Amino acid sequence: MSLTGERVRGGLGESARRPDGGPKVAGSFVFSSDLTADGMVWGSILRAPYPHARIRSIDIGPALALPGVHAVLTAADVPGDSSYGLEHADQPVFADDTVRYIGEAVAAVAADHPDTARRAARAIVVDYEELEPLVEAEAAITAEPIHPDGNVFAHLTIRHGDTTASGDVVVEGDYEVGMQDQAFMGPESGLAIPDGDGGVDLHMSTQWLHVDRDQVANCLGLPHDKVRMSLAGVGGAFGAREDVSMQVHLCLLALHTNRPVKMVFSREESFLGHVHRHPARMHYRHHADKDGRLVKVEARIVLDGGAYASTSRPVLVNACCFAAGPYAVPNALVEGWAVRTNNPPCGAMRGFGAVQACFAHEAQMDKLAAALDLDPVELRLRNAMKTGDRLVTGQVVTGAAPVEELIRTCSGWPLPAEDPEPDPMTLPGGAGRTADGSRLRRGVGFAVGFKNLMYSAGFDDYSTARVRLEGGVATVTCAAAEVGQGFVTLAEQIVREVLGVDEVILAPPGTADIGSAGSTSASRQTWMSGGAVERAALAVRDRRDAGEREPIEETYEYHHPPTSPLDENGQGNAHVSYVFAAHRAVVDVDLDLGLVRVVEVATSQDVGRVLNPLQVIGQVEGGIAQGVGLAVMEEIVMDRGVVRNASFTDYLIPTALDMPDVAIAALVEEPEPGAPFGAKGVGEPPTISSSAAVAAAIRAATGLALTRIPVRPQDIALAHRDSTKLA
Amino acid sequence: MTDSVTFQLTVNGADRVVEGAWLGESLLYVLRERLGLPGAKNACEQGECGSCSVRVDGTLVCACLVLGASAAGSEVVTVEGVAGDAGGLTDVQQAFLSQGAVQCGFCTPGLVMTVHDLLERNPTPTEVELREAISGNLCRCTGYGRILAAAQAVVAERSGSGRSQRETPS
Repeated sequence: MSLTGERVRGGLGESARRPDGGPKVAGSFVFSSDLTADGMVWGSILRAPYPHARIRSIDIGPALALPGVHAVLTAADVPGDSSYGLEHADQPVFADDTVRYIGEAVAAVAADHPDTARRAARAIVVDYEELEPLVEAEAAITAEPIHPDGNVFAHLTIRHGDTTASGDVVVEGDYEVGMQDQAFMGPESGLAIPDGDGGVDLHMSTQWLHVDRDQVANCLGLPHDKVRMSLAGVGGAFGAREDVSMQVHLCLLALHTNRPVKMVFSREESFLGHVHRHPARMHYRHHADKDGRLVKVEARIVLDGGAYASTSRPVLVNACCFAAGPYAVPNALVEGWAVRTNNPPCGAMRGFGAVQACFAHEAQMDKLAAALDLDPVELRLRNAMKTGDRLVTGQVVTGAAPVEELIRTCSGWPLPAEDPEPDPMTLPGGAGRTADGSRLRRGVGFAVGFKNLMYSAGFDDYSTARVRLEGGVATVTCAAAEVGQGFVTLAEQIVREVLGVDEVILAPPGTADIGSAGSTSASRQTWMSGGAVERAALAVRDRRDAGEREPIEETYEYHHPPTSPLDENGQGNAHVSYVFAAHRAVVDVDLDLGLVRVVEVATSQDVGRVLNPLQVIGQVEGGIAQGVGLAVMEEIVMDRGVVRNASFTDYLIPTALDMPDVAIAALVEEPEPGAPFGAKGVGEPPTISSSAAVAAAIRAATGLALTRIPVRPQDIALAHRDSTKLA
Repeated sequence: MTDSVTFQLTVNGADRVVEGAWLGESLLYVLRERLGLPGAKNACEQGECGSCSVRVDGTLVCACLVLGASAAGSEVVTVEGVAGDAGGLTDVQQAFLSQGAVQCGFCTPGLVMTVHDLLERNPTPTEVELREAISGNLCRCTGYGRILAAAQAVVAERSGSGRSQRETPS
């Protein structure tokens, strides 16, 4: 399909190659940690060893005395705003009098060698008075505030329909989701270069250049145009680069030393230095009639936001808006809290609140199916949301909502055969060869999920793109962060499609050259920056077709339709569009060892239109990997505010042996009205319901209730000691 | 830094002198920061992720776990030294592109090294052997499906059997 009626080579719908692919396979692509500059020194951050403490004094003398040290900075050296934050500036650049989470920045050092910088940071003498950490989210609601801005980031109540309604069948449950890490491969890193005129150029791996730039400039006390940010090669993101990490520290060091300063987090520091997925505790009560039609969903959701606000408020809004799942629910009462504790700050991660809610609402749907003696898939079909239905926020779903088709195609996919003589490597425990298969049980689980595309609740979400046509070559300038997802490929495809040119050049993204593209998050760049590139290219085409001579240049700022904040009853037209997916997981479980092998995940996903088949498959498979990880292995283990597993030795992410086969049963192409090319974002849905499906499969294999993810071996192997956990 | 040393490495066939290095520097640091070869990546620097995979005297190692000075006298091959016919991309690198195995690309150089190493030792790995061989290389973007497809495409191509086990859309 083509806008011009002819298929364009490398245009939309093709598996066009990534423009950055060649350098990436050759090892010559420049990631942020590969940057270097003449006269460069290295930065390092001293991080607090306690989750809650008062700082009595800091002595930087021993660090300054080390040969090779160029600067040691603390809170007293921040010339502008002392705190930053994406939504609410409550996170100090450096802890001043109080430490609120383990790993909080206390001081920063620049030195001529990274090891010197690290040794100098350790030489700083900080006198801490340890304080009792506040680590229970529920308790934080009423506890003594641990920050001047209080402990409640957000409190939201959704009242939909008749909140007193009740059903013939009622099921209830408590659910818990652990703290997941984005665990991108490329550690936080960047290079700040002073411009000699009081300003600074910052080359950084990030998800949103302009909002980083604004926060950095505010803390430096500089006009925003004195800080110029350029995107350095990004080694994955998944939400963890939406917040500022080292940006302010790097620029402070560069301006203070008047030298280029490079910093690269170690993996341990990366675990401590970025936000995580919110741990959640959820209580649910589902009401249905005798035929299995949902009458009411009640939910209470408590998210642990950790020490600082980050995006806790919008994550909570999402968790509550999508709390009932992709079903027609006439009545609902949802209460949500996002609170401050002395745990690590939590914010954006792929799925953004919908993941936590999905685990709970899908466990509830299975419980309801059991109570009704109905097939779980049939129960979902009877309640599947369709175009014209309302969310629990009262908003009518006007776009594509092919939930029934997703459920039918995914559940109808053939089940994988059981291997009568499995390779021992494919048993639970895998390379450890621990299972013997004598008490192996197979289980199948199903889940459906959804979330919003793009920013919601009144946020003026936009992206800017410029297209210049000269000599038959199109150049695209857009600040959208390429983090691996493939927007660079798509931008080229769009321009080829619209202008019919072969050669498209992507200018390096930077704040000095163009306005904001918004964040690479919320599955939004295909729609938003894709839309901006398309409109700019169309404007160029119109002028060319009118006979104007090249060069022709057009800049377009694309806004999605306005949305509204939720009202005091949690009602309102807060969202633009939704994306849905279904997952069916097959697992083998060793009942004695409590080990799980995920055999296969089948999926059907609502995509609007496939713009690049290979990239859609990449997002689907990669998103499912993160969902599988959350279901069976990934958790930042906390012990009274202390992170116990900040390494890839102890925080496990799926390897090629852990990862199941992914079967794509269907990519449902129902074009989304209003979306550029009819396409929906595809990045998040694979992560939303895949965890829930795997958990359901483990329940089916074991007969255990398993109300918490990740499911740990002891949750299975030791479950018989606690009969209350039996379903 | 104190304890500075000078030594010579043979990297990608060329003799390279490393001057004034701290004795504690890893081979990874020496390659990346002293010799201008950042192709080996620094995702964990504790031997868990495989992103820094290089060959030392023909053996695939994590460069972060090898002291730079201890590699003196050894033949080191990094991703920058991997090349196909006429200096172009190898079949493995080409397959990574055609099969969609690259997203953010941070794990890619390590995986290219690992797949080459595997296929030299075992030209026709089973899928389980392939998964095991790359299980020391963490990838967070792809879920490994397209990486397996790329490796299988190379196996099929090298054995002349045409299509691989995993189909990738055109």
